[in-house]
Amino acid sequence: MTSLVSQQFLEFAFIASVALFILALRWLSSPVTARRGVLAGEIGAALAVGTTLLNPELVQYRWIIIALIVGAGIGIPLGLVHMTAVPQRTALSHAFGALSAAMIGIAEYYVGLPKVTRFEMGEISLEVIIGSLTFTGSLIAAGKLQELLPQRPITYPGQNFVSLSALSAALLIAIALTVNPSYHAFLFPIMVGVALIFGILLVTPIGGADMPTVISLLNSYAGFSAALLGFVLNSKVLIVAGALDGSSGFILSVIMCKAMNRSFANVMFGAFGQVQASSAATTEARTVRSATPEEAAAILGAASTVVIVPGYGMAVAQAQHKVRELYDVLTKKGIDVKFGIHPVAGRMPGHMNVLLAEADIPYDRLLEMDDINSELPQTDVALIIGANDVTNPAARTDPSSPIYGMPILDVDKARTVMVIKRSMSPGFAGIDNPLYYLDKTLMLFGDAKAFVGDIVRELSGGGH
Amino acid sequence: MPADFISNLYLFILAGFIGFEVIKRVSPLLHTPLMSLTNALDAIVVVAAIIIAGRHESVLSTTLGAIAVAASFSNMVGGFLITDRMLRMFKTGRPQK
Repeated sequence: MTSLVSQQFLEFAFIASVALFILALRWLSSPVTARRGVLAGEIGAALAVGTTLLNPELVQYRWIIIALIVGAGIGIPLGLVHMTAVPQRTALSHAFGALSAAMIGIAEYYVGLPKVTRFEMGEISLEVIIGSLTFTGSLIAAGKLQELLPQRPITYPGQNFVSLSALSAALLIAIALTVNPSYHAFLFPIMVGVALIFGILLVTPIGGADMPTVISLLNSYAGFSAALLGFVLNSKVLIVAGALDGSSGFILSVIMCKAMNRSFANVMFGAFGQVQASSAATTEARTVRSATPEEAAAILGAASTVVIVPGYGMAVAQAQHKVRELYDVLTKKGIDVKFGIHPVAGRMPGHMNVLLAEADIPYDRLLEMDDINSELPQTDVALIIGANDVTNPAARTDPSSPIYGMPILDVDKARTVMVIKRSMSPGFAGIDNPLYYLDKTLMLFGDAKAFVGDIVRELSGGGH
Repeated sequence: MPADFISNLYLFILAGFIGFEVIKRVSPLLHTPLMSLTNALDAIVVVAAIIIAGRHESVLSTTLGAIAVAASFSNMVGGFLITDRMLRMFKTGRPQK
């Protein structure tokens, strides 16, 4: 019974893969062991794929080989993208993962069609709905992050009603199919279509600043759709890998929501940024103090502790390498420089850390919000580069502010605050920032990259 | 309700808890590589796609299977590649050259 032996061999290989996957995530807990984790994951994946190719059920290899080559041809360039493009790459990979899960579910339905049981039908419907909506939702998110689509929230009256109607329609069709799988077969493609449309409706109204939460949620959906597929196919390796990915995305979503003091429902259906735009328009003109690169350099040079707070603006201006030069020149003067990273800074969880690590800033200088907040009151200068809402003291003090209650970086407690900003126009979410009107605050107007470059030139003594 | 479903449900719950406990300990520093790594691991659906594409049951299932193989294998290759590239960039300030 050679085939029976192979089948058992397959199961053992999958069990080994699952163990390696868990180890991979465990080793990711520290930057010291993290690369070992990637290796463990790679071995686990290679083992599973390699043994699957030996499966006696396979009768034709041509399309498998072609598809593997095409997949590698797409995957390798996507693995080599620039670090600033990582958020859109990640959204695209959620789309691919969900597409794959949806395609397999659809194939499974048509292969088994006359004999699909009610139970299987329910599983397949749920799996295909989640896979399809995650596919289009992730594509929209990737389009927004790549700026192919506008980053601002796109809204219209009755939006939530339309979106929820689409979701209800897909679920009702799923129920109809489950009640009578083969009789209502024509409904299946309609259900897939409605789920695809729902994915578009779900993500289109969400603004760029909410992308860290949305990407995490889509990650979670992609993982759970793979786990559901595992139920459909009775494949334990898919259930475990999907559950790991799904819970990872879920944890990240919870962290992101907490970091914005918002609920899932508020992110998905709140269309942030609409209400605030009008309230920002009513704020009266107040005076701000601005400074030149020379003055900023003099203040930084006289400090003994500096905390730099980067935000999405730093990524947009591609200023991270200039920021590293600033870090180098200040450190050389014996000044203690640290970075304060807010969990939702940037467009995806951990975005700022990757950009700063790419610019060769040591990771032990990158501090989480709670750690840096205990140091800010003893800090001479807080330098904010392209961050806005995450430094807004109104979140602590003004109950009428839309971001009231959101945990922020307490930069206003530093002795001097400097903010590099293009102009006084309100930030992405359109919320006015009282930080800019404090006596201790100096506004440094200009492009982040150019301004930091000017400060570096002053500090390194050139100046001319 | 099939017997397999119950044992699969046990597995799902246990794996979910393991995932929760393990991932909770990942430093926020590494949340971006975490997402790309879990994405690469999730691409294990490629094993199901390979079976669908290779069983050759119908033109439709082979086509859908082949698309699924390409989509998930691109995630596997690209996910591991970019995770490793990112992690290579994380260095400490202590001299280690």
